[in-house]
Amino acid sequence: MMTQKIKILIVILALVAFAFIVPRSGSFVVLLATRAMAFAILAMSVDLLLGYTGMSSMGQAAYFGVGAYLTAVLATKFHFGMGWDFWIVVVLGILIGCALAALFGLFAIRAGGVYFLMITLALGQCVWGLAYRWNSLTGGDNGINMSGRPSFGLDLTNETTFFYLVFAFFAVSMGLLYVLVRSPFGRSLAGIRERELRMQILGYNTWLHKYIAFIIAGGFGGVAGVLWAHTNGHVSPETVVLTTSVDSLLMVVLGGAGTLVGATLGAAIVFGLREYLSTLVPWWQYALGGVYVLTILYLPMGLMGIPSRLRQRLGSKDKGEGSKKLASKPS
Amino acid sequence: MTSKLQKLLLGSCLALGLGMTAPANADDLSIGFIAPTTGIFAQIGKDMVDGFQMYLDDHGGKLGGMTVKFIVEDNQGKPDAAVTKAKKLILQDHVQMFIGGLLASTGYALAPVSTAEKTLYISSISSADDLTQRQLDKYPYFIRTSWTSSLPEQPLGQWACDQGYKKVITIGADYAFGYESVGGFQKVFEDCGGKVIQKIWPPLGTKDFGPYIPTMKTDADAIFSLMVGPMALQFPKQLRGAGNKTPIVAGGTSYDEFVLPFMGDEVIGDVSALHYSAAIPTPRNEAFVKAYRAKYGKVPSYYSENNYTTALWIDETIKKSGGKWPGAEAFIKTMQSIKVDAPRGPVAMDDMRNPVENVYIKKVEKKKMFGYDKDELWNTVIKTYPNVSQFWTYGKEKFLAQPVYSREFPACKFCE
Repeated sequence: MMTQKIKILIVILALVAFAFIVPRSGSFVVLLATRAMAFAILAMSVDLLLGYTGMSSMGQAAYFGVGAYLTAVLATKFHFGMGWDFWIVVVLGILIGCALAALFGLFAIRAGGVYFLMITLALGQCVWGLAYRWNSLTGGDNGINMSGRPSFGLDLTNETTFFYLVFAFFAVSMGLLYVLVRSPFGRSLAGIRERELRMQILGYNTWLHKYIAFIIAGGFGGVAGVLWAHTNGHVSPETVVLTTSVDSLLMVVLGGAGTLVGATLGAAIVFGLREYLSTLVPWWQYALGGVYVLTILYLPMGLMGIPSRLRQRLGSKDKGEGSKKLASKPS
Repeated sequence: MTSKLQKLLLGSCLALGLGMTAPANADDLSIGFIAPTTGIFAQIGKDMVDGFQMYLDDHGGKLGGMTVKFIVEDNQGKPDAAVTKAKKLILQDHVQMFIGGLLASTGYALAPVSTAEKTLYISSISSADDLTQRQLDKYPYFIRTSWTSSLPEQPLGQWACDQGYKKVITIGADYAFGYESVGGFQKVFEDCGGKVIQKIWPPLGTKDFGPYIPTMKTDADAIFSLMVGPMALQFPKQLRGAGNKTPIVAGGTSYDEFVLPFMGDEVIGDVSALHYSAAIPTPRNEAFVKAYRAKYGKVPSYYSENNYTTALWIDETIKKSGGKWPGAEAFIKTMQSIKVDAPRGPVAMDDMRNPVENVYIKKVEKKKMFGYDKDELWNTVIKTYPNVSQFWTYGKEKFLAQPVYSREFPACKFCE
């Protein structure tokens, strides 16, 4: 068994290697990695809900979307957030994500299981509808174009600089979420996931725990949206559409729920296949579909389940051989 | 497969290891093409690529003497993905220009990329009005070879007025392309003395018009419909099924060659306007339709023709530039000075980098055409408005002084 310390070390080494290799691999790869990391923050926020609290949210794109639209509207209508005030936009993005989650949570947390899924889906679609129809603010179907990225000492128009910024956000988010899920609060979330009734009997206010987790996830969604808006400088209803929520959920399931790293892996694979492989071959959709199907069939724990799966395999093989020997002995 | 895989691996190793790609040969012209080749618009994307590819194949893969490296990228119909792919084309493939974009939203998303990266963007389908109108100054590396959404609908407004229609209901898809098309029709129709008495906006992708048809006023002389994709098939079927026999005058996409082969006989007699019809009775177009149909097994749509013409236009521009790439700004200047003889008729460029072209008022007829032996639906041209500008007859200054056509403009003065 690997100790937790070694696992953390592996993740940190992987991140350092990632930050070292990617900027040396051509600007398109840098752009893709930047987008994947911004999206991975959203995927990790989904993991907090799905993997640690047991709530499958189908509306996470809503917080992502308001963060992105906030950034775009402030930048184009008020010329705000293109200098050092970018950091204010980041804070505002987190706040608006939290605020919206606080509002939606009031409706959604009352339900559980598939009903929770349906309510979050409906609320997410409300935000999409607003983005699509509130023409004067959101530009409707055309969306909003921003010109350039912020610059405050650091010139973010440079793809590599922006990559490092998003990388920093990504690493910090991962660290914060890790601390959160290992905290007593995080442990009680896991307790709710395993058996909510028992937690209630033990005296925990499970509704409040879930509500707070939901708000925190909303905040991470918001900050992911702020970064996402700047990756392509373009925000449209496509950002808030149902597919975005589904994608983030699929990434978590693909990588392995309840691991945080899994969500990141999922994001990396989906972006790699959808946006990089699609520039090389026309059959990329089959590859993506194949990965999904194989994961669901053979890796119910996601890609992060591979090590334990291997151990199990090897273990059972040993046992099998052992029992064979035993069986052959009497003869 | 293996060699492709090896190439792929080798390519990514090289890209990762060296962080560079081979610089383009000076005699090569790298063209990036962005179209939805997967997703719900995949078939339209195919028409777009096929149109361009056919011209290339006919000319030995060369435009203006330069060997063309033609790179197609899929944006899945999403504006956001289009931006990513455009950046890939520019940063990794070092293309001299990128072409394409289907939806208006994609056009709006791609134009700023051309400005930021100082790379030529030719919009061969995307028709968002303002790109070549009020926002043109922002996009010095942008030029359009297709149309603006309101360009064909403005003459149609005049035509409807000339037919003696007094009251018209409009029903159009609820997004920018719909607003601009309906707006163009309404403005000209009302300036001529007609009245739009009701405006209905079903969402893009509506599959059931049941809730909308009964609300339509019964005293209208005609209905202006602006449908896109599967909506176009559903609306006339349900309207006629409900017993409504009001004549239809429609935006081009409601009856383009992309949807026409899948339509029933109920659409015979419906009128629409566009800058192309596969049934234009000229030898130039007949040859184009026959060659296209022989190659791809279907009648070309305006998506095919516009991209074919784009390739033709690039060909002529490079030729005039002396057979070499002149740089984006010089390319645009030269292109503006060239008038091409396209399958759709003569096309020139105005000073706002949008084509001046014929607009065809077309009526759906069932007949044999160009020697094909089966009865088929064709968009027979019943009137041609020659050399129509995006500003119609208003003149540039007066036209640009008004806001872009939207849900609110022109206001529905005669609705109750």
